[in-house]
Amino acid sequence: MDSRRRDVLKAGGGLGIWSVLAAAGIVTPAQAQDARNVAAFEATTLDDALRALGAGNAAESGAIRIVAPDVAEDGRAVALSVTSDIPRTEQIVILIEENPYKVAASFRLSGAMAPSIQTRVKMARSTRVHALVKAEGRIFAARREVTVTVGGCGT
Amino acid sequence: MSTPTRIRAMLKDGATELRMLFSHPMENGLRKDAEGRRIPAHFITEASVRRNGEVVLAADFGPSIATNPYLAFSIAGGAAGDEIVVSWRDNLGETRSDTIRVA
Repeated sequence: MDSRRRDVLKAGGGLGIWSVLAAAGIVTPAQAQDARNVAAFEATTLDDALRALGAGNAAESGAIRIVAPDVAEDGRAVALSVTSDIPRTEQIVILIEENPYKVAASFRLSGAMAPSIQTRVKMARSTRVHALVKAEGRIFAARREVTVTVGGCGT
Repeated sequence: MSTPTRIRAMLKDGATELRMLFSHPMENGLRKDAEGRRIPAHFITEASVRRNGEVVLAADFGPSIATNPYLAFSIAGGAAGDEIVVSWRDNLGETRSDTIRVA
């Protein structure tokens, strides 16, 4: 989703190598920051976020399942899982369309990891959740609506 | 000082199921306190999970991840005694690493 990141990962010969090196104190935080798709994480419109992720025309896929409640009572913590049945899934990105910052998380998966992740996200109000999956250089997308009773991301 | 990440690892059906709860405020920088002052952004930006030194998951977070981030996923294989290391870094440069052994 970020060609520079892919190059870094290839150069490092592994997954998230900069994070590991930074955690081990081998590289500086500034170098580790290079691995993060800053433009995507700072995007405040969905279009900007998708563009930064290279997902402007991602193909819709029924092989991505987003599990979330239809109605979330408390937008401060909504349980969510994304599962990909797309072979060789290497990255999963979760976006919350109605939040001030759209990209909630980007997960880079090793071959050992089952392509399924559970987490909890904030939802400012009722929103569409987008899941992107990168596999063999292609990006696929799925969406799901969640109604929020009490928002949890306000100002 | 930050609070340890709570990590659970369970061997099941030839896989290792991992669950973890990071302790972090995950402030997005847009909220205001009772006096109307803006609460500065403070959130985890990167997290990684390693098994016996090998990265199994590398994550970037934004502030839309809930306070005290929770992750659960499964990795193929595993054995009692495997070392699981969970690390994070936040936007203020603070880092933390916690280790458990698979029981």
